[in-house]
Amino acid sequence: MLAAPLVLGTAAAYLLLLFAVAAWGDRRARQGRSVVGNAWVYALSMAVYCTAWTYFGSVGRAASGGIWFLPIYLGPMLAMTLAWLVLRKMIRIANHYRITSIADFVASRYGQSPLLAGLVTLITVVGIVPYIALQLKAIASGYAVLTTPLGAEPAARGPWWQDGTLAVALALAGFTMVFGTRHRDASERHEGMVTAIAFESVVKLLAFLAVGAFITWGLFAGPGDLFARAQAVPELATLLTLGQGQPFPYAQWLALTLLSMLSVVFLPRQFQVMVVENVDERHLKRAAWVFPAYLLAINVFVLPIALGGLLYFGGRSVNPDTFVLSLPLAAGQPTLALAAFIGGLSAATGMVIVEAIAVSTMVCNDLVMPLLLRLRRFARHGDLTGLLLGIRRAAIVVILLLGYLYFHFAGEAYALVSIGLISFAAVAQFAPALLGGMYWKGGTRGGALAGLLAGFGLWVYTLMLPSIAKSGWWHTDFVDAGPWGIVLLRPEQLFGLAGLDYLTHSLFWSLLANVGLYVAVSLARLPSAREASQALLFVDVFERTQSAHPVFWRGRAELTDLLALAGRFLGAARARTLFEDYARRAGLGGFEQIEPDAQLVQFVETQLAGVIGSASARVMVASAVQEEALALDDVMRILDEATQLRAYSRALEEQSASLRRATEELRAANEQLKSLDRLKDDFMSSVTHELRTPLTSIRALAEMMADDPQMDVAQRQQFLGIVVAETQRLSRLVNQVLDLAKIESGHAEWRNSDVDMRALVQQAAQAMAEPLREQGTQLTLELPERVPTLRADADRLTQVLLNLLGNAAKFVPKPGGRIGLRLTTDAAGVTVQVRDNGPGVPEEQRSLIFERFHQGGDINHRPTGTGLGLPISRQIVEHFGGRIGLRADIDQGACFEFTLPWEAPEQAARDTGDPP
Amino acid sequence: MRRTLLPQRLTGLFGLALLLFNFPLIALWDRPATVWGLPLFPAALFALWALLIVLLAVLMEDAGD
Repeated sequence: MLAAPLVLGTAAAYLLLLFAVAAWGDRRARQGRSVVGNAWVYALSMAVYCTAWTYFGSVGRAASGGIWFLPIYLGPMLAMTLAWLVLRKMIRIANHYRITSIADFVASRYGQSPLLAGLVTLITVVGIVPYIALQLKAIASGYAVLTTPLGAEPAARGPWWQDGTLAVALALAGFTMVFGTRHRDASERHEGMVTAIAFESVVKLLAFLAVGAFITWGLFAGPGDLFARAQAVPELATLLTLGQGQPFPYAQWLALTLLSMLSVVFLPRQFQVMVVENVDERHLKRAAWVFPAYLLAINVFVLPIALGGLLYFGGRSVNPDTFVLSLPLAAGQPTLALAAFIGGLSAATGMVIVEAIAVSTMVCNDLVMPLLLRLRRFARHGDLTGLLLGIRRAAIVVILLLGYLYFHFAGEAYALVSIGLISFAAVAQFAPALLGGMYWKGGTRGGALAGLLAGFGLWVYTLMLPSIAKSGWWHTDFVDAGPWGIVLLRPEQLFGLAGLDYLTHSLFWSLLANVGLYVAVSLARLPSAREASQALLFVDVFERTQSAHPVFWRGRAELTDLLALAGRFLGAARARTLFEDYARRAGLGGFEQIEPDAQLVQFVETQLAGVIGSASARVMVASAVQEEALALDDVMRILDEATQLRAYSRALEEQSASLRRATEELRAANEQLKSLDRLKDDFMSSVTHELRTPLTSIRALAEMMADDPQMDVAQRQQFLGIVVAETQRLSRLVNQVLDLAKIESGHAEWRNSDVDMRALVQQAAQAMAEPLREQGTQLTLELPERVPTLRADADRLTQVLLNLLGNAAKFVPKPGGRIGLRLTTDAAGVTVQVRDNGPGVPEEQRSLIFERFHQGGDINHRPTGTGLGLPISRQIVEHFGGRIGLRADIDQGACFEFTLPWEAPEQAARDTGDPP
Repeated sequence: MRRTLLPQRLTGLFGLALLLFNFPLIALWDRPATVWGLPLFPAALFALWALLIVLLAVLMEDAGD
């Protein structure tokens, strides 16, 4: 056993740590570096599902029923497979309409009905109090196990003012107040609380795993040994089978699975962390599988601990619910026992904090506020923000005190699990109205009210009252014999339905009546305008976009009235900021210019709904404006308009997108045309320039000869020689220009044949041999033995070769020039290199030499030539799918290289060998 | 295409999980055998559960935005 001060001190230190974590989370949120914007934190916060019931109760359940602890965790697994479909819709709706609780959700869906909101809140409070009692009981009994000697009876309970459980309840209430009611706006997320819950989830998981590992490997020699020893004991061996020797009650198994599947969404704390505190619905994608994985991890050691405890304690009477604590304690591991207690404390506090915040919000917004707002005094009251906080704080204290009272009077009679299941069955009653409302537009307020009342009534009659009776607070006659001795009305075998356990029995009747009445009453009449409009907003939430959002409101409003109304609940400064933001979004200069139209009324109502719930917000807005009642036809008309608007805006968007595309294309085409035009201008000016030079000299010489008939023959002969040469140059230039134009426009004639590149290169070399020898240049050939033929125009390729060789000849030093001609082949094609030992091509000119009329060398030493040779060569090579270029990796001289593929592109290959 | 398939795949997974954890498939594992020293029945339940989590994780993490 441990000393009481040590246990209390550690527990207090842990709670302080939890508080520090929450404060840290809040501070990060204020700094804009929120820790909550993280899918892992979101997934861990969902693990608030695992309460003291999981922590202590699962082991107790396993010790008596084997695998019967599992359906409570398989249900969430099933629910999470559908999370992306169902939960995401819920999150979207809640986010859109600033819904802050289940009561608000249901009420808002069925026409913002205060009656429905109140009923849901009432059911929640009644249903959840036992669950809170369960947490208090777990903490109290855990503390007792730690501080009393093993096997000794716990000390008799003293008077209530000395009861530690009451102190625990009050401490948790204070803690919850500090955690949860610092913000006025309930839809303003409690980031600090979520951070603390995620942290708490890690603590309880680690503590439970540590105990499990210690028992499996510390007390026993691993899981194999533990299970082998358990199977040697007949009573324990049956725990590891499905039916424990009995026929297996499949109905109960299925009912438990479905029950927990509903509870994992509809328990107030689960709705709080999953829906209200969700910051980004994409987090669901990770949480959907991390949360079930967490549940798997926390359940792995349940069976080993239960069997280990039963084996270890043998016949001694130790409550299996406390095995997690008593086993380490009995095995002489007080530190581990203390850690296990902290884990359990963690699970219990986490649950209590979130549950109390969620329920207190509900009580304030959906039960107390609607009543207060009916009073004339409050309707005229000024700023109500302080009042809101006060109500919530009081609600927290009341809820925890109710939990304590339940624990005090009824808690001793039941195991942890049974208490929890009663709560589960209560919140499962919300499922028909809530899920039906999300997917069925025909559900009405009347249907939801009837279904909820019937379901809740039957829950009270078949589950709650018998449990109270069995706790000894009531005579059990009416359970055993039926009220007034009417056997057919026995609460656990209603109408003679036998063969089901009490939970399945209750769940069957209550949900049957709930669903049946919900559907039947809904079908009895058409929905009202308000119900229909809310149904449309909820069911089609994914189809609504901000721009085409139908607003189902008609009437007259004053800007000042709306601002004053918002100020009463949000605080004047905050209301003003909201209105200014609204004006900015609408593109207005200031909030005085806002048109008090339906859009603004809805905006104010949504903002108020975040603070006081949608039902109260509706009442308050209705009191501040003059509104006209809408008929069902009006709703349909507004919807049609919105739908048309949406269709128009979509069509408009598509149109503008295609216009934008067309404009882009036009602009690109225009750019291209412009650059082509510029090229043409350049080309024309270059051509005329090139033509003028020879023309000028021809004209000058001819004039000189015409002016001077006495000119001697030798002189005349020389002049005539120049004229002939210049004329030749002219016609060569004209031919080349025509040639280039033809190739570029695709009108050139290509005479394709099977070309042997080796022969072609040799021919070209022979043709150039004589002029090269004359200027003292040495030409070397480097050719492979055999080269496969390729399909091309031999004359054109010769033209390219001669051009490259001619260029090289122009630039090599005279004498002493060297030109190397090299032919190589590879799998892709054939490569021809022409290398010289001239000055090379300067860096800045390399990209230009393939442009038309660009000539190498500097201005003063223009070599002879037209400047069209290389562009034409490039056109020819590219026509056959090849590339021509200047090798950059040459130190001295220039090295031109062109490559031709074996397979020419389709278009080039189609050219026939015969001229057309 | 993948996005439009996701809801159907998830619904299918839900159906699979419901079948695996209920009558009569669950009874298939209830026999006196052991795997690696662990009793078959609980071991099978946990293994199936883990398998479903993996399938769900693959579907969700693969889904894109």
